[in-house]
Amino acid sequence: MQFDKPATTNPIDQLKVVGKPIHRIDGELKTTGRATYAYEWHDPDMQYAYGYPVGAAIAKGQVISIDSSVAKQAHGVLDVLTTLDLGDLKKGKMNTARLFGGKQVQHYHQAIAVVVAETFEQARAAATLIKVEYAPEQGAFDLRSELDNATMPDPSTEPESSTGDFHAAFVVAPVTLDAEYSTPDQSHSMMEPHASIAAWKGEEVTVWTSSQMIDWWRSDLAITLGIDKEKVHLMSPFIGGGFGGKLFLRVDAVLAALAAKTVGRPVKVALPRPMMPNNTTHRPATIQRIRIGAEQDGKITAVAHESWSGDLPGGGPETAVMQTRLLYSGDNRMTAMKLATLDLPEGNAMRAPGEAPGLMALEIAMDEMAEKLGLDPIEFRIINDTQVDPEHPERPFSYRDLIGCLRLGAERFGWDKRARPATRREGSWMIGMGVATAFRNNLVMTSGARVTLDQEGIITVETDMTDIGTGSYTIIAQTAAEMMGVDIEKVAVQLGDSRFPVSAGSGGQFGANSATSGVYAACVKLRDAVASKLGFNSADAIFENGQVRVGNRSFPLSEAAGAEGLVGEDKIEWGKLAETHQQSTFGGHFVEVAVDVYTGETRIRRMLAVCAAGRVLNPITARSQVIGAMTMGAGAALSEELAVDMRRGFFVNHDLAGYEVPVHADIPHQDVIFLDETDPYSSPMKAKGVGELGLCGVSAAIANAVYNATGIRVRDYPITLDKLIGRLPEVV
Amino acid sequence: MRAFSYERAASVEAAAQAAAHNPESRFIAGGTNLLDLMKLEIEKPSHLIDVNGLGLDTIESTAEGGLRIGAVVRNTDLAAHETVRRDYGVLARALVAGASGQLRNRATTAGNLLQRTRCPYFYDPNQPCNKRLPGSGCSAIGGITRQLGVVGTSEACIATHPSDMAVAMRALDAIVDTVKPGGERRSIPIADFHRLPGNTPHIETELQQGEIITSVVLPPPIGGKHIYRKVRDRASYAFALVSVAAVIQPDGTGKVAVGGVAHKPWRIEAAESELPNGARATVSILMADARPTDQNSFKVDLLERTLGAVLAGARG
Repeated sequence: MQFDKPATTNPIDQLKVVGKPIHRIDGELKTTGRATYAYEWHDPDMQYAYGYPVGAAIAKGQVISIDSSVAKQAHGVLDVLTTLDLGDLKKGKMNTARLFGGKQVQHYHQAIAVVVAETFEQARAAATLIKVEYAPEQGAFDLRSELDNATMPDPSTEPESSTGDFHAAFVVAPVTLDAEYSTPDQSHSMMEPHASIAAWKGEEVTVWTSSQMIDWWRSDLAITLGIDKEKVHLMSPFIGGGFGGKLFLRVDAVLAALAAKTVGRPVKVALPRPMMPNNTTHRPATIQRIRIGAEQDGKITAVAHESWSGDLPGGGPETAVMQTRLLYSGDNRMTAMKLATLDLPEGNAMRAPGEAPGLMALEIAMDEMAEKLGLDPIEFRIINDTQVDPEHPERPFSYRDLIGCLRLGAERFGWDKRARPATRREGSWMIGMGVATAFRNNLVMTSGARVTLDQEGIITVETDMTDIGTGSYTIIAQTAAEMMGVDIEKVAVQLGDSRFPVSAGSGGQFGANSATSGVYAACVKLRDAVASKLGFNSADAIFENGQVRVGNRSFPLSEAAGAEGLVGEDKIEWGKLAETHQQSTFGGHFVEVAVDVYTGETRIRRMLAVCAAGRVLNPITARSQVIGAMTMGAGAALSEELAVDMRRGFFVNHDLAGYEVPVHADIPHQDVIFLDETDPYSSPMKAKGVGELGLCGVSAAIANAVYNATGIRVRDYPITLDKLIGRLPEVV
Repeated sequence: MRAFSYERAASVEAAAQAAAHNPESRFIAGGTNLLDLMKLEIEKPSHLIDVNGLGLDTIESTAEGGLRIGAVVRNTDLAAHETVRRDYGVLARALVAGASGQLRNRATTAGNLLQRTRCPYFYDPNQPCNKRLPGSGCSAIGGITRQLGVVGTSEACIATHPSDMAVAMRALDAIVDTVKPGGERRSIPIADFHRLPGNTPHIETELQQGEIITSVVLPPPIGGKHIYRKVRDRASYAFALVSVAAVIQPDGTGKVAVGGVAHKPWRIEAAESELPNGARATVSILMADARPTDQNSFKVDLLERTLGAVLAGARG
């Protein structure tokens, strides 16, 4: 199905199942421990062996030799596979750094060996017996010291944009801001580590893994192993979080496949937690410069956003400036990105790549600018709202109600109680409120599904879509139930298997809208098949209550299916609506913090997000997405930072004790409101993504609240107490 | 984790003897720190001696009116004990500020005293560390040091002791009772129990090979306001940037020990005479020899302000 015209009324608009607060259909499996995650897959007929990975102890250089002779003699060890045994394996298309194979070390903890043993403990113990000789090389690890060496990234990333004459307008603007902000390297730190089991049958390999994108992984694993894609069968039915860290093939799958081939048995490999931050990808640090010029009335006349980030050779920039091209009005504007070569681990996508760090900076800048103008920060944003793409005024937003988000949020949050900076105290707590805009584009991806109707009237949906904790199972079941006119109990959903039609996968907040649209398309085909079987014209048929009806005649779906069943398969493909209409999602984040006047400890007291993201397919799972994102934003604002050892070139705090994500005690009352809207330009579902929107801007709202509480402006994340303490009021 | 043998000791004396005979042995009680370190092969014992079954799990009053805490009393039980909550509140508060409920259920009194530093370079076997591999050098110095020590550090090591409990015990003048191989008993004031790193950061306590902690004895209660203030980047489940254990009397005198700054719970009794003069005067003595790094110099200011909060709390 080609989606190239705005959606009109369709069966989804009945909203009998879609849009309802239905609990996760896979929830019981998860809460009772029966949802099988990658490493837990267990077939009693299989004799699993266990692989333990070894990571490089240097950041850059070459592996000269690996002596695994002692390890191979250790109790229970079946074999040791080293990177030198393999030569240069082909690198997957989506990977920047090589995962395994060859003597080059590109980053710390890059895999250099895997020890395979009868038990996990034996493999782990033997891994420490491997002796490695390196020829280290000097690397570049400090983004700030590499700024002058940074260059323009690949043109495909649109590294520069310019409209009007920024410099001329900025110089004459009566009120201006010119400030620098920084965001640190961040780790996905999802609950479930990267883990895979591989089993070969002849020349074909089956891999149970934890992947957000089945087809990307399948393709890249085939390339890396040097076999046909058709020989790779990938399964990832349950995923314990990914946040972008499982978008691209990772080394656990490669090592499991190679080791299984070598020992002739199925092999399990999980990355140990302390290896994850340096072995896998991370969100790259940024240094950003923002300049804003405005008239006295608050109208922005000039805006510039520049960002510097680093990555390994062949990598890309953190696209922190992109939202600034679309978010606020202003006739004269420019953005620019520069990319430095760093020999740190691979930088890549982490939830809301670009917008998350970009808004961390831009939305502080907007707060600062509002203060300079003497305007309420909400009013300042409303003054500069735009209903069109500011670079191409002929191109409107498909639907944009940012103002609605900010106004409703202000009312619900009690924004009128916000005091001047550093004036509100409760005991030793300084209290402040902050606001920021949430903004993230609505991306879509081609997405396929196969829907089967059987003689019991059961609808089975098969797609390689993944559920990374987001609720894909549930919203897909809702979609199929709505389309086929059955109760959700009559729908079975099978996900995450490369034998199923290729879907959007989970990433870029494109998953929910794209995958359900793919299911919609397949269901249209199935409706046609049902109608055709019964001799109806499908346009005349009404699907409801498990029946299909035309005029006075009605038949149970099961009867239409017959013994052989009926199948509908299709994919949603996207026309050019995104070219004519900018599709984005919007929100307002409101935060109240308390900062201890003695210690500078910041504790969040209340959070509210008001989101405008098209039709909400399921308010329970959507809310869960947003509160999870707000929590991630709290970590980004207050504690999360991969600490770079600039001498040795690695992230030092590479476990969950050192990399501090929020704990329950950090997260107070959270509220989420979704505006009741639909966007017919987005898809037949009229929905958009929310999974990343919830993260966008929230950290800046916290930073702005800290400023409101203390009068101290911190422009370098995370806002830890050491950045406040020298400027707090005298107390002793 | 390397293969190891395991025994349940029949008595305290037998445990001490067994440990004396095998320098590669370790006592195990809760295992909350030891087992983690064994998995990383930072600890590599060939033999574990389980001391859980030796009757060291009781809390009882002493003839002097103090409290004897068995070596394997769980942190959860100690924090919840009525006498501790009533008479040694600073200890109860320090305990619940540490770790998580699940860990405190397993962690023991002696194990808490003996837990090892959380310096990230100690935890990464690829990096030089004088504590993990004596003579290999300290990779923390010149590296990421925000969490690390500011006072009592050496050229060989700038690690901190991570315990909260021990800081409170230091303020309370606890005594560590031990049995040596051969049966000799001794009582070590907690002030002397932990060592500064000097040139031998791998030697962390005064315990000799095979010497086993049997109990920690608290002197009779001293009244006063008991406050434990732990400052950290997140609200729970994090090690202290700084912490203050204080017992403050109505006249403003008191006892203060601090955590998160040194290789041991840090206390300078002479500083306490300045308590009535406030936090700045007190901390200027406590931190007189501080040698912070650029990344952790904030801890000196933070300590002063945290003690200020504690003293204000004691007054209020």
